[in-house]
Amino acid sequence: MTTIDTKNKPEGSGPAAAAPLLEVDNLHVEFRTRDGVAKAINGVSYDVSAGETLAVLGESGSGKSVTAQTIMGILDMPPGHITGGEIRFHGKDMLKMSKEERRKIRGQKISMIFQDALSALNPVYSVGFQLAEMFTVHRGMSKKDAKLKSIELMDQVRIPAAKDRVNDYPHQFSGGMRQRIMIAMALALDPELIIADEPTTALDVTVQAQVMDLLAELQRERNMGLILITHDLGVVADVADKIAVMYAGRIVEQAPVRELYRQPTHPYTKGLLESIPRLDHKGRELYAIKGLPPNLMRIPSGCAFNPRCPYAQDVCRSEIPPLHEISVGRGSACHFWETVMEGEVRG
Amino acid sequence: MPDMNKQQREQLPTRSDEQPQSAIELPGMLLADEEGTTLEKRGAYSAPDARGPQDKPRGAWAEAWRELRNSPSFYVSGVLLLFLVFMAIFPGVFTNIDPRHCPILDTNQDPSGDHWFGTNVQGCDVYARTVYGARASIIVGVATTALIVVIGGLIGALSGYFGGWLDTILARITDIFFGIPLLLAALVFMSSVKDRTVWTVVAALGVFGWMQIARIMRGSVITVKKSDYVVAARALGAGTPRILGRHVLPNAIAPVIVVATISLGTFIATEATLSFLGIGLPPTEISWGADISSATTALRDSPYQLIFPSIFLSVTVFSFILLGDAVRDALDPKLR
Amino acid sequence: MGRYVVRRLLQMIPVFIGTTFLIYYMVYQLGGDPISAMFGDKGADPVFVRQMREEFHLNDPLIVQYWYYITDLLHGDFGTSFNGRPVADELKRAFPVSIRLAMIAFAIEVVVGVGLGLLSGLRRGKFVDTLVLAGTLVVISIPVFVLGTVAQFWLGSEWGIFEATATVGDATWSQLLLPGIVLGSLSLAFVARLTRTSVAENMRADYVRTATAKGLPRRRVVTRHLLRNSLIPVVTFLGADLGALMAGAIVTEGIFNVDGVGRLIYLAVTKHESSTVVGAVAALVMIYLVMNLIVDLLYAVLDPRIRYA
Repeated sequence: MTTIDTKNKPEGSGPAAAAPLLEVDNLHVEFRTRDGVAKAINGVSYDVSAGETLAVLGESGSGKSVTAQTIMGILDMPPGHITGGEIRFHGKDMLKMSKEERRKIRGQKISMIFQDALSALNPVYSVGFQLAEMFTVHRGMSKKDAKLKSIELMDQVRIPAAKDRVNDYPHQFSGGMRQRIMIAMALALDPELIIADEPTTALDVTVQAQVMDLLAELQRERNMGLILITHDLGVVADVADKIAVMYAGRIVEQAPVRELYRQPTHPYTKGLLESIPRLDHKGRELYAIKGLPPNLMRIPSGCAFNPRCPYAQDVCRSEIPPLHEISVGRGSACHFWETVMEGEVRG
Repeated sequence: MPDMNKQQREQLPTRSDEQPQSAIELPGMLLADEEGTTLEKRGAYSAPDARGPQDKPRGAWAEAWRELRNSPSFYVSGVLLLFLVFMAIFPGVFTNIDPRHCPILDTNQDPSGDHWFGTNVQGCDVYARTVYGARASIIVGVATTALIVVIGGLIGALSGYFGGWLDTILARITDIFFGIPLLLAALVFMSSVKDRTVWTVVAALGVFGWMQIARIMRGSVITVKKSDYVVAARALGAGTPRILGRHVLPNAIAPVIVVATISLGTFIATEATLSFLGIGLPPTEISWGADISSATTALRDSPYQLIFPSIFLSVTVFSFILLGDAVRDALDPKLR
Repeated sequence: MGRYVVRRLLQMIPVFIGTTFLIYYMVYQLGGDPISAMFGDKGADPVFVRQMREEFHLNDPLIVQYWYYITDLLHGDFGTSFNGRPVADELKRAFPVSIRLAMIAFAIEVVVGVGLGLLSGLRRGKFVDTLVLAGTLVVISIPVFVLGTVAQFWLGSEWGIFEATATVGDATWSQLLLPGIVLGSLSLAFVARLTRTSVAENMRADYVRTATAKGLPRRRVVTRHLLRNSLIPVVTFLGADLGALMAGAIVTEGIFNVDGVGRLIYLAVTKHESSTVVGAVAALVMIYLVMNLIVDLLYAVLDPRIRYA
């Protein structure tokens, strides 16, 4: 049942026609636990090119973070098992590489920013030590040089008085500053791709924008690829080039950012857009997608979204919709995408 | 010490006399880690407030019971303990040899058809003595555990519930008792009392063994006291005894059970140690510890009289610790 | 920090007084008359008894007697045993032996305990883990006196792998090896289990994942990040255990004939040498309390998040 949608892979788009930096191709991941097998990712494909930002959108449990962890090679295995697919970096399948080859990619070529910097930074080492570690381990620098580099990095992510604060511990920084340190750490070795897993979710609203802007700016400057994982549609609009919407371990819709906002082609995306509160609709009842995200151990047959979908017909309960290609770089995994596309976005 | 004069201080865990020396305590501590075992945590993803606290423990207990029934440790320890308790109550079922009948001509015999485990220095049947020895050990273990649950539970509940100066005083008293290792304290106590009986051993172990239960109880009570439904119950005018009895205790009891079970094993071992040192149970009682002690003099001639009571003693301690371990695992989903 | 230390030191005073009084009470009140106990069944010369009672303040109320005792103690006078030797001398003789024994036990429990714990924590659910869990449970279940007796007889006397007994007066390191192993075995099992739990818990921690994501070699992730953080609770246990090992030596020292504090206390208890019992226990309590304080302060060095109020 997991092979149906492989024939209809989304096309890698991106501004340049050059080969993508990273291609995830029909990835399958499951978690085998005592209570059963949870199918976390069921054939996900996407790609990112240099200088491009891909936003991966979805609720918790949609598989967006698991995909990211699989790319990074930091998935807990067991219970996680990769049951199919490829992850190509510069055209080479990383899943077939040796552990050592993959380790050399981590941090140097692909790096990651985590959601909660307080727990993602080691509480017992100074931030300076944790930044310097990148240089001493990967570049063989002396401790002294590495420390100078760390201060430089902290300056670059605009941490005030970096020189005085380099020996401070993570808990001594504010949330926004900690996330800047995470960004600095990810940037340390000039990677080609950064995966940011909900980088602003744990922050205050006012700080969110600052951190996001910083990240976007650094990405532009260095022409890096960026995979931005989020559940927040608001964050995405300004910075992303294209969006992949995930639901129950699949991509249900993929589109350039503007097109997706203007004209969603999947009922789930549409529901998400409609549930954003809007000032001009004051007084109207806020829309919410009914029901709950599915249990990954018992994904509904057919389209996983069918129990919550206002468009659902019998076919939705029996057949998994493939990702229909709508235009170049645009796809929808809905049997009735045309109907959805015609309807306007309420809200 | 790193410089702490920076921002974000309020987030830090502080370490003051609120939670004093965490360090060494009863061995049980490490098997049952204190914080992990509150049922409170499990309640977190069951129904939250409105329906009251009774739902919480029941749901958690049911799940813990389901978990226990899937645990091989639970069955192994359960079967062993049923067997040992049965042996303690009805030793006559297992042997019709009188453990106190010691013909001097039969000393230090190897195991045979007549004497399954051989005979000891005095000529008594080792098998019979081993079977009859279970009773004293189990009585001491169970009675001492009951005693520490009462003492520790009471002190912990009072100090957790009322707080303030009462808490401070009780905490200092707890510290004082923690200051002397159990075996040392019991040794001095037993050497001081005039008549040694099973009950003086129970008293010695109980008086110096309640502190860990008190700390856990105090911790649980404080956690539960702060929870929403207890605050709600108080706002609705429920009195102190009612809150303690209906709301606080049922939630605090789970970690206490775990520690009590593991401590039971420790007490049995400590009693045997005291008896081994010749200062535990009176010589009139049949005790594994004392028998092991007298066996050491004849090790070269007949090691069996040491081996068999040692095995029974160790298996008894093992069973209680294993049971406590299984119960802890069932009640604490954290490390699954 | 300085204020914290001062406050902790002040807090130690009531605990020290309470603990020593507890022991004092048990020995002198529950124990009956120490003078007549001293002479046993023989009966004593009444004149001499009266003299002794005066000298040891035995006619005063217990609390007054205790006051005399504690003030002497603070001047370094641990009293005199009934045979006339100062208790302080006995302690001075016995403590070095016990400290040496405790050091051996400690070294074994640290190296083997942490090693096993790390191994089984990293391989949670695997065969090694099950083996370590079962093995430590067995060690915890066998009372130390059984372990000691069995080890002494077979490993020492019968098979001659270790030296079975120590020379009274001056025990050599090799003579203390087997008692050290026996003494450390229980703590070793706890250290292994504690390390395992801690490692297994921290293995899922976000910062360990970050360390891997940084591309650090696995060895560095494990030693610098995982183990370093996991050892915080273990060090706490170990520090306090060093104090407890000395007291725990009662059984081990007795079996292996090691002439340390444990044996001193045991002999004193059986002979009703009251002042020796109280003195030795008071010294142990002191060590225990100081170790606890050191551990608490060590905590701050190990975990920069801890702040002393």
